[in-house]
Amino acid sequence: MTAPASAPSAPSFWLRARKQKRFAFGMGLTLLVVAFALFAPFFAPYGENETAGPPYSPDGFFGTDYIGQDVLSRLMYGGVGVLVVAVLATVLGMVLGVLIGVVAAYAGGWWDEIIMRLNDVLLAFPQILLALVVLTAVQNPAPWVIVLLIGVSHAPRVARLARGVALGIVSRDFVAAAEALGEKRSRVIMAEVLPNMVGPLLAEAGLRLTYSIAVVAGLGFLGFAADPGAANWGQMIYENGLGLATQPWAVLAPVLMIAVFTIATNLMADGLAQLSQKEDSR
Amino acid sequence: MTAPTRDVPHTGTPGSGLVVESLGVTLTGRPVDVVDDIDLVLRPGEVIGLVGESGSGKTTVGTSLLGYSRAGAFISSGKVLIEGRDVLAMPWREVRQLRGEEIAYMPQDPASALNPSIRIGKQIVELLELRGIGTAASRLQGARDGLAEVGLPNDDEFLKRYAHQLSGGQVQRVALAMAFLPKPKVLVLDEPTTGLDVTTQRMVLDTMAELCRTHGVSALYVTHDLAVVANIADRVAVMYAGQIAELGPRDTVFSNPLHPYTRALLDSIPHLSQARALKGIPGRTPAPGARPEGCRFNDRCAFAIDQCRQQVPALRAVASDHEVRCIRAEEIGTWDIHRGTVPDAAPDRTRDVILSVEGLNVFYGRTQVVHDVTFDLAKGEVVALVGESGSGKTTISRSVGGLHKDWTGTLSFEGRELANSARQRIAEDRRRIQYIFQNPYLSLNPRLTIEQIIKRPMELFGIAKGKQATDRVLELMDQVALGPTMLTYQASRLSGGERQRVAIARALAAEPDVIVCDEITSALDVSVQGSIVALLDGLRRERGISMLFVTHNLALVRSIAVRVEILQQGRVVEAGSVVQVMETPREEYTRKLLSNSPRVD
Repeated sequence: MTAPASAPSAPSFWLRARKQKRFAFGMGLTLLVVAFALFAPFFAPYGENETAGPPYSPDGFFGTDYIGQDVLSRLMYGGVGVLVVAVLATVLGMVLGVLIGVVAAYAGGWWDEIIMRLNDVLLAFPQILLALVVLTAVQNPAPWVIVLLIGVSHAPRVARLARGVALGIVSRDFVAAAEALGEKRSRVIMAEVLPNMVGPLLAEAGLRLTYSIAVVAGLGFLGFAADPGAANWGQMIYENGLGLATQPWAVLAPVLMIAVFTIATNLMADGLAQLSQKEDSR
Repeated sequence: MTAPTRDVPHTGTPGSGLVVESLGVTLTGRPVDVVDDIDLVLRPGEVIGLVGESGSGKTTVGTSLLGYSRAGAFISSGKVLIEGRDVLAMPWREVRQLRGEEIAYMPQDPASALNPSIRIGKQIVELLELRGIGTAASRLQGARDGLAEVGLPNDDEFLKRYAHQLSGGQVQRVALAMAFLPKPKVLVLDEPTTGLDVTTQRMVLDTMAELCRTHGVSALYVTHDLAVVANIADRVAVMYAGQIAELGPRDTVFSNPLHPYTRALLDSIPHLSQARALKGIPGRTPAPGARPEGCRFNDRCAFAIDQCRQQVPALRAVASDHEVRCIRAEEIGTWDIHRGTVPDAAPDRTRDVILSVEGLNVFYGRTQVVHDVTFDLAKGEVVALVGESGSGKTTISRSVGGLHKDWTGTLSFEGRELANSARQRIAEDRRRIQYIFQNPYLSLNPRLTIEQIIKRPMELFGIAKGKQATDRVLELMDQVALGPTMLTYQASRLSGGERQRVAIARALAAEPDVIVCDEITSALDVSVQGSIVALLDGLRRERGISMLFVTHNLALVRSIAVRVEILQQGRVVEAGSVVQVMETPREEYTRKLLSNSPRVD
């Protein structure tokens, strides 16, 4: 009632997001980890598969690993693979999931029922299971296979959320107004529904990225990395697990990188979620 | 103890009622007054109507009486005296005790004030327990008495119900019973009947007025609806931009309003007894911090002179009990409530039917909500669909607009039959029948700019594109009185009235022949309603557009429509020309609607 008659010019979502401490901190940390993964290989003291000394020796910053490779160098090389696969898988999962969820919400009725019940069946499988089943069958999987598997396993989870968010929007009158004008269904979804879902979807994307990292690292740990010889944070944990007592850094360093990145992306996701909630209550 | 009340005139029994002295509420962030200089006396047993548009600060004043201000603002000055004690200076424990017990508050939406998971009886008993009223044994009876007082059943079955098992009016009356049970001395009501239909509203208002009179409770009734105030208030305070603009006995304020703002407000409301050419107030209520120098109304006032822009007017008494904040109150001439009335629309000119509805039955799943409705709409004519909530009026309009497709019957447009849903209709039909929604906060995509919104129908129907379309958008915005600077605004930046104008411009962009208006003014302030109705009437006359006008406001029907269909539970119970139906209603239901409608004339 007492709200001012005109809202003052609203700064863009992005500007307001940057002002939020939680988001800004998470974003900064994420960028640091990404920068490390991208640029560190240029400064690595040793090559990716170069032997730097005897196995599990304390030589160098983090010592050497199970076959005498320099852990710091492996750490520097091992980020890109994990991050690229995780980001691509997240993008794929988001696109597929949002598409399924929004179409289900917008179509409604029987279509909604059928799509979402099928979705529920997929949801019943643990996320890593699908990847494991396929990877045990395929010899030397290409990176894109892993991207595809993780992306597809994200889709039903994203779809659930996307449908929930979309349901609140498709019932609003501006969607009915577009219907009454006879807009194409695809345009109603793209121009009317999706732009109003940006906040929650961004938050979900942040969360999904975290899960992707966990799955990629997990697959590496289980020995299903795309290239068994290449450095990979997840695989490093697996490879050096035996020497945990003598050379803990060979395991702890990649664990820490994954942990920091996970916390950072989660902070970002939380920040965005809070922000989009604030938007809705305005 | 009695010192503060002694110098206040007009107080009945000293030490009773409530006195507000130079109250001010300020924003916490910046030194900006939300309301200031509020002086008000609530005498025992008296109902004061506090009227104002959105953003006038009326709710802020209402909650201030309980020593409360919303987050982001604080009560910065003044006193609220009840029996000589200053509510604003009390320690918070006492304020807490006082809220509900001495000063009760009834919120805008009492439904959300009741706990949905506790039975009604238990909630009332809990309230009595909390307030320490009665003994454990007598409280249940107390609850029954309270319900009986507001005219509700008080048997065990009713006490066992949950809030969702009550109707809207019943919920409101339960809230009223709970407000009255602790026997408060003062009652603050914040638009408790907004959203109720006229019959229920009448019931709640009558109950409230009677309780105030029998218990000697003073009430502050906060509302934007002048017609309601005209029916229940003893005195009226008109608020504008955080100040009281005019204060006086009800009859004086309605028959001889002296502030130009009060007059403008009265000019914008429709009458039941005669059609009027409604007028809006140009511009919009300034937000706190953006209020003009001098008199705050000067930029929208038809009588403003230089002095108004320089000098801040004080609230001054012009007659006993009648105060006004205008330096020119004596110079602006007399006023008559019937100013602006026009002859009722002549119903019996030749009608050239453009849209006809025959035997319309509408369903939601297996439930039939509209039964065999037949009516038609002629070129350049406005037909009103009137009824209480649940009468099916919006359902009919949505079926006509092709937004609801589960119906049977015949809908013909210029003799051609229309398909059920908009998608199945040909583009030309979709273009020529446009729909405007009730709630402009939901009907515009908040992420799009005004230009994108208004331009879309032109692109879609191939009327114009590119630069030419932009020019037409500007032209339309000018027609609906929106400035060209708003072209690039996002819809979320506009006020309700401005949004509804954009929605109208969007409908006009398609160059329609029929516009379906679904309660398009019910979410808006009266002054905005006035200007929107004036705008629609102009469009009808200039372009010969026909309109199907859905509303629950019979007074509005009188001013805008030629013909009216009265709906009850999905059936047309009475139909005919507006004059005939409203002057000589045949049906009991119509008579009841008419007599329950609040009126100012």
